[in-house]
Amino acid sequence: MKMDAQTFRITVVGRFGKIMLAAGVLGLLLSVVGYFTNSKQFYHSYLTAYCFWWTIVLGGLFFTLLHHLTGASWSVVLRRIPETLMATLPALAVLFIPLLFGLHDLYHWSHADAVAADALLAKKAPYLNSGFFIVRTIGYFVIWYLLARSLYKISLAQDHHPSDKQTHKMRRLSAPGMLLFALTLTFASFDWLMSLDAHWFSTIFGVYIFSGTVLAVISFVTLFALMLRTKGILKETITVEHYHDLGKLLFGFTVFWAYIAFSQYFLIWYANIPEETIWFQHRWQGSWKYVSLLIVFGHFVLPFLVLLGRAAKRNLKVMTFMGCWMLFIHWVDFYWLVFPNLHHHGIHISWMDFTSMLAVGGVTLWYFWRRLTAQALVPCNDPKLQASINFENA
Amino acid sequence: MSAREQSSYGLLAQFDGAASLLQAAKALHEAGYKRFDCHSAFPIHGMDRAMGLQQSKLGWIVLLGGFSGAAGGMLLQWWTSAIDYPLVISGKPLFSFQAFVPITFELTILFAAFGAVFGMLALNRLPRLHQELFNSGRFKQASDDGFFISVQAGDPQFDEAGTKSLLRQLGAQHIEVIERG
Repeated sequence: MKMDAQTFRITVVGRFGKIMLAAGVLGLLLSVVGYFTNSKQFYHSYLTAYCFWWTIVLGGLFFTLLHHLTGASWSVVLRRIPETLMATLPALAVLFIPLLFGLHDLYHWSHADAVAADALLAKKAPYLNSGFFIVRTIGYFVIWYLLARSLYKISLAQDHHPSDKQTHKMRRLSAPGMLLFALTLTFASFDWLMSLDAHWFSTIFGVYIFSGTVLAVISFVTLFALMLRTKGILKETITVEHYHDLGKLLFGFTVFWAYIAFSQYFLIWYANIPEETIWFQHRWQGSWKYVSLLIVFGHFVLPFLVLLGRAAKRNLKVMTFMGCWMLFIHWVDFYWLVFPNLHHHGIHISWMDFTSMLAVGGVTLWYFWRRLTAQALVPCNDPKLQASINFENA
Repeated sequence: MSAREQSSYGLLAQFDGAASLLQAAKALHEAGYKRFDCHSAFPIHGMDRAMGLQQSKLGWIVLLGGFSGAAGGMLLQWWTSAIDYPLVISGKPLFSFQAFVPITFELTILFAAFGAVFGMLALNRLPRLHQELFNSGRFKQASDDGFFISVQAGDPQFDEAGTKSLLRQLGAQHIEVIERG
């Protein structure tokens, strides 16, 4: 892997893309085997893996929107990574197709006889029905795709034909964009994840998924930049100052995640209404209890203590570890959201959990890499690029 | 050492800009001066490093404040709800830590903030009504367009004539002796 220092373009692509494509194809083939072995297990594994990668890709859209809205200058050198993540949305849309065939295996509310026998589900049927579910899902992807494509196109235009209007254009688009992002992410979380247990509801659930999304994308951007660094790419451009800032964001959103996760738990614990507490009861049964505790300590206590000090955030080894750890615990979090609906009595790891990650992750990263290497690695004509390169923490 | 040197607070030197102030600070640090300070109307990038300042201890004070807030909050609620005035609320155990988290969290933040504000004041030895540098008529410019370095007479390297000539070499345009009191 090599980069031309003048144009910030990758000249020697290396094997990263090919390895990812091979992993993706292998994962998909094994997933087909999994589908014929145990379709319920397959769909739950696939949904977990899908939502994990979906949050990283959609997090790219959030990172970009936030960058433009705040007029940030420090993050200009990083911007192409989240921008390319959001440009990976078409791959994610294609990867969603298998789930459309698994509605019956995943969602209790999709069975007409179950709805007929259940007064609560019958009340929810105008919203929770297969037809409307598919229409909404298509709607989310259309909104995300249009937003991502417009922002990405303006950003690329800035590379080739810079004008002073582009920055303002991206900024203007980001305000309504952020609103749409918030609404679509919330409802997509309700539809895809919360409705797995259709009796249960939590109004804060969308915010919970959002907080994990931000942690996932910050971890991914950190790790990807560090990976480029080991190849000697952008070593002078993305400096320890930028990792320090990514560390601050990671720390801040760790606290935010804990705040939201606790708020969700706290209100349900306090009110003690059976239809709400049952969700946590499921996650406190058998070995699920240990997964719950792992999330409390691994998703909050550990990153909080590690990232509290300044020195840790400026230590690239610590940041590498924290990036890997946060992505791991983010996956555990989604596993914990999805699987108690299938394996009620305790954790039950299947090989399909790993092949699904390989399938969705491989294809996503292959497409991501293809788009990334087709353009400059940093927005080379952004007016704030030099300020970003020279950025220093006080 | 003359009587005049003992009675003086130190020297105040004026420089013509941020760049020369930064260079002079670096040179003073390299010459082994410890008790000197730089004054400008805006923060100058790299000044901390040029002056050889260590990382502030304030973070540790904030941490201590935060921990005492957390411990205090939890203990207070445990003692009042489970020991001193036990009251069963909605059938929950007397010591229900979940219910105590919001107050514990708030007290953590409050005491950490106290640590930050009062720790900052203590480390800066504030508040104080008067500082010797205000004896200088020129020093008011430090909040406008003046760039100053003050060197305290208490510095082991300090020697009025020697320090004066060093400051002049570094490009000081105006040097004055600051009297005590």
